[in-house]
Amino acid sequence: MSVQTKQLEERVHPMEKLLRMDRIPHIWCPTCGLGTTITALAAAIDQMKLDYDNIAVVSGIGCTGRVAGYMKVDSFHTTHGRSIPFAVGLSIAKPKTKVIVFSGDGDLISIGGNHFIHTARRNMDITVICVNNFIYAMTGGQVAPTTPLTAKSATSPYGCYEHPFNLPLLAASSGASYVARWTALHIRRLTTALKEAISKKGFSFVEVIAPCSTLYARLNKLGSGLDLMKFYHDNSEIKHGADLKDVDIEFQSKITVGKFVDIEKPTYLECLNANNKRVFGDKYQPYGG
Amino acid sequence: MKFWRTPLDVDKLKIPRGELHIIKERCKGCGFCVEYCPKGVLQLAAEFNSKGYHPPEAVKPEECVNCDLCEMLCPDFAIYCVRVEEGEKEVTQ
Repeated sequence: MSVQTKQLEERVHPMEKLLRMDRIPHIWCPTCGLGTTITALAAAIDQMKLDYDNIAVVSGIGCTGRVAGYMKVDSFHTTHGRSIPFAVGLSIAKPKTKVIVFSGDGDLISIGGNHFIHTARRNMDITVICVNNFIYAMTGGQVAPTTPLTAKSATSPYGCYEHPFNLPLLAASSGASYVARWTALHIRRLTTALKEAISKKGFSFVEVIAPCSTLYARLNKLGSGLDLMKFYHDNSEIKHGADLKDVDIEFQSKITVGKFVDIEKPTYLECLNANNKRVFGDKYQPYGG
Repeated sequence: MKFWRTPLDVDKLKIPRGELHIIKERCKGCGFCVEYCPKGVLQLAAEFNSKGYHPPEAVKPEECVNCDLCEMLCPDFAIYCVRVEEGEKEVTQ
């Protein structure tokens, strides 16, 4: 015991350089998958050897919205659903900054749904990490646009009867250049996917399936977050380049994970510069921040 | 350790050894590290931390191979391992 205490004084956790330690321990429930996802992002940033001054993390509202407060890089906690518009402005003003939107399914896809599809259409050079826990967790477990059919929630006590969004299909059909989905358990593959997404030019989208023990698991009687992790272990099917029409998530069914889309395509700023060059010729000074 | 084919540099390989560091007061007792440690090094302790959770404790610390899985999976940044070079075993079949 005394040896361990001594070592703790000498050494610090390797992720502490990317975390605001005055705010840790965080407020998330035990067995929540968000801390694991943050570790993956911090490991990705660490392994890519990025300059911390050139990274910005933007979050919206919700459990995942608190990520911006915990990451020790330039970060901003926006209003509900408006994380992508803020990130777009940041990305246009400072094109060399790696802008990472880290938010939840309710924030990005429900309230910010229109921003999401239009930013994917314009192929803005940002990375969007959507942590999908199938529910509005912070507000008490209401139905989200990703809640699977028949899953119970606070506002659907007899089971959800609305068809959920298929997020990879939505992102890919809107025009994203990179689309992947992993669970919080596939931690190394998730880190690799985040590295690829951050270095990708254009709109990259990574969906992370994360356990919500306090609301989703409790309301559906699925046990704890650890039981959900075991479920991901037994029921995830890795299919790179799968047909996105088949990657729907049904209640407690197989989860198809993998890298679905990885294409090269001109970004918003490249299209803007190319078009203005075509119209104005040599008089036009290309915009690069 | 069993190989399906013998690596060419088998005499240079060493089994890495890790030293576990558990920050008990930060732990929320989720048990991810205990469940997914490939070597079964950890178990939940009988003691409580000041928040009332059972932090993990190393029952076979000498078996840790510094795979970092507990560090990556921990949602509370409460466990990590550091590679220690001394005392690493040679790979034998």
